[in-house]
Amino acid sequence: MGDGHRYIPASDADRAAMLREIGVPGIDDLFASIPPALRLTKPLAVPGPLSEMELLAELAARGGENRAFEAHAQFLGGGAYRHFTPSIVDHLIGRTEFYSSYTPYQPEISQGTLQAIFEYQTLICQLAGLDIANASMYEGASALAEGVLMAERLSPKGRVVLSAGVHPEYARVVRTYLDNLDVAIATIGQRPDGTADAEAARRALGEGTRASALVIQHPNFFGCLEEVEELARAAHQAGAALIVAVSEPVALGLLKAPGHQGADILLGEGHSFGVPLSFGGPYLGFMAARNAFLRNMPGRLVGETRDVDGRRGYVLTLSTREQHIRREKATSNICTNEGLCALTAAIFMAALGKEGLRELAVHNHAKAAYAQKRLAATRGLRLPHGAPIFNEFVVTLPVAAEAAVRALGERGLVPGIPLSRYLPERERDLLVCVTEVNPRSEIDRLAAELGRLA
Amino acid sequence: MEPRSLRRPEGLLFEISRPGRRGYSLPPLDIPEARAFDLEPRYVRPEIEGFPELSETEVVRHYTRLSRLNYAIDLGLYPLGSCTMKYNPKINEKVARLPGLADIHPQMPEESAQGCLRLMHDLEAALCAICGMDRFTLQPAAGAQGEQTGIMMVRAYHRERGNPRQVVLIPDSAHGTNPSSAHLSGYRVEPIASNERGCVDLGALRRRLDEEVAVLMLTNPNTLGIFESEIEEIARAVHARGALLYMDGANLNAFVGIARPGDMGVDVHHINLHKTFSTPHGGGGPGAGPVGVKKILEPYLPVPVVERTEGKEGTLHRLRHDRPKSIGKVRSFFGNFGMLVRAYAYVLALGPQGLRRMAETAVLNANYLRARLEPTYHLPYTDPSLHEVVLSDRHLEAAGVHTLDIAKRLMDYGFHPMTIYFPLIVKGAMMIEPTESESREELDAFAEAMLRIDEEARRDPELVRTAPHTTPVRRLDEVGAARHPVLRWSPSRPGAGS
Repeated sequence: MGDGHRYIPASDADRAAMLREIGVPGIDDLFASIPPALRLTKPLAVPGPLSEMELLAELAARGGENRAFEAHAQFLGGGAYRHFTPSIVDHLIGRTEFYSSYTPYQPEISQGTLQAIFEYQTLICQLAGLDIANASMYEGASALAEGVLMAERLSPKGRVVLSAGVHPEYARVVRTYLDNLDVAIATIGQRPDGTADAEAARRALGEGTRASALVIQHPNFFGCLEEVEELARAAHQAGAALIVAVSEPVALGLLKAPGHQGADILLGEGHSFGVPLSFGGPYLGFMAARNAFLRNMPGRLVGETRDVDGRRGYVLTLSTREQHIRREKATSNICTNEGLCALTAAIFMAALGKEGLRELAVHNHAKAAYAQKRLAATRGLRLPHGAPIFNEFVVTLPVAAEAAVRALGERGLVPGIPLSRYLPERERDLLVCVTEVNPRSEIDRLAAELGRLA
Repeated sequence: MEPRSLRRPEGLLFEISRPGRRGYSLPPLDIPEARAFDLEPRYVRPEIEGFPELSETEVVRHYTRLSRLNYAIDLGLYPLGSCTMKYNPKINEKVARLPGLADIHPQMPEESAQGCLRLMHDLEAALCAICGMDRFTLQPAAGAQGEQTGIMMVRAYHRERGNPRQVVLIPDSAHGTNPSSAHLSGYRVEPIASNERGCVDLGALRRRLDEEVAVLMLTNPNTLGIFESEIEEIARAVHARGALLYMDGANLNAFVGIARPGDMGVDVHHINLHKTFSTPHGGGGPGAGPVGVKKILEPYLPVPVVERTEGKEGTLHRLRHDRPKSIGKVRSFFGNFGMLVRAYAYVLALGPQGLRRMAETAVLNANYLRARLEPTYHLPYTDPSLHEVVLSDRHLEAAGVHTLDIAKRLMDYGFHPMTIYFPLIVKGAMMIEPTESESREELDAFAEAMLRIDEEARRDPELVRTAPHTTPVRRLDEVGAARHPVLRWSPSRPGAGS
């Protein structure tokens, strides 16, 4: 029945010949095992078919409805960051041998993917200052949930302590993952300077049953740099692991490797390394840890080995941790991960290299620090936190931040994220992010426009 | 012999790195740089130790060379059973990269992201129509996360009725993700044995069902490629005890446009956009695992959901967070949007007729391969096949050639092997899913290769047992890799280098 389709080679003549070979009279006979009452008698109520030309026009129209995004000067961060990506990144991940291949279960014909992941694991370890990294998780928030579960596996205490400086979406995902498991979450607040309160952490970690982990974000959700070493001491004195979540990995080009500051697990969101914003996904969860966590690591790991002729090669390894072997006893249910996004990040890191990533980080920090200074000097604006920042910070406006975003949107400017989207009590606070893609003129304009709100 | 270049080992990034090279350029910093180093030294790392230094040219060659060591769907048949390795349309890659879709920040104000929200709304509607469900969440990042999301909703449903229950029943032929996802949602897992046909044993199921059981997780068609033809009775039995029916939709490609999970008594199921809906597998991901539910589970969907409203300003799409019974969030933001764009483009390209033809051809191709291989290879379960067929190595027992050897030898014939040693209920399983993307000629070439390997196995078993012979590397020491894990390059490690 029907005509052929460009994605489906079998013509009507092929179908007839193949049915003869199989020995059934018609296509419908192949579906005889589906009870007749369940078989559809009407075509599906979906649009299409569209030619390639129509399809492109239709999807371009959707893109066009995202109103005048290009004309807007944007200062949006909060878990997703605007960065420039070198052209080679998209060209290379556009190699069909990378993007149209499956998980490398057959290493002899998957060495490209396997070696690239092995290199990615190494790059993540180097950034983190830690021993091991996995092949990727879904994105930052679920990577954090998996990290908390990993800490609980190594040292089951039924309780973790979470800093209020962790991205509210990450905290929500952790709560969702832990909701059906016997792990309680205690939250500690911020000091006035915007950093996690180490004293409160000590108290929370020491209370009652103790905890398997202290979780902080660095730089934190408000953009502030945490005192990682102090928090690591607090965690370790209480026998807990320190988990550091990072939502903006470009910061690691400039900031001390958290692994060298006492972090036991570093995880977070890697999309800043060349993965498009794409309205929130697909992104890249990364996870690194000390060797002690090896057998408890979720997700895939690639290891180096030799073939029968002694040649170096790479394989998926330690799979006895994984669901396809251990089923309900696995360290995680993850199967499909974000392989191509890990490759993207690896190519991005390779292209920037040692000098480039640092320079990129310096530009981000310098521009954000300039913006912070400009806004601090602008009438009616106030900076609520005093701690050092990386590339985002909170500014308190003279009016509600939601209203300011609406008003400035009319003027082609998206000045940041109203914190009230997550924290209703912080009605006038705006989270502003500045990266290498914001020229100084845009920053000056931001200051001028926010100054007019007073 | 293959050309030398295909076998040439490629050094690691860190080995080909040379000090002082760079592959990136930034515009001059347009503000006073001194401010950057107001950061106290205690925050700042001296350098990124070990990070590579390469020119752009070298980075491009490195990854291009690596790419050539991979097999890919655009090179030929990729018959991994239950993975649905179909053609990834190129237009999908193009539309997902349109700046109007790819460059949209997830924190953009709603009114500035109407195109994204409308696309999500329309994809949800299409998936509801295809699957016969009432709502979908597009949030889960992959099939396993979809399973977890679905089971969390089941738990919330039971909890609201006073008892979250304790047990999830899962057939012994199921994917490993099923028990793992159930466990992660706080449930105890109990297997249900398959009957002699490879399907759920309805009698055993009825005997086990009680108020402890929260849900039955069923893959349909199952991992043998066989449709669970008693699914209506199964659903009735499950519902009669107040439990729910979850369907693993990994194998949905078998009956799109032919039948719908929602008409089979299924309450909740995930689908894999990277299988049925053609989004590329990317060497491991990203995927997307939307979850469809019936009305009874709608209150528990993850937040936010997309709602369409008609007002005096016209049609608006909004993100709704105010859903008190929601299970919460399983990831940040809204889902793997870029994969949603590709899947939506795929649905539009095929339309209702094309989607049906897709399933018909997938089933036709699988049955064609079965017809060609059944006379030679052992077929452990003989019920009609849908989209895939499971064979075994039993007929080669005397020759001492195993499924692994056959799989490796296929590489010498230029094919990616099938899924092997799964499902677990078949000893030496070879699970073959050709999908609709293959021409008759490609299927014939694969069948010929399989038949020649069978001959080789009898005539010269050593040739098959030592395969592959033509790949960039040959069989690798996986036991050694696990025993002495080397999971990263390090400058101090002796023995590095190829």
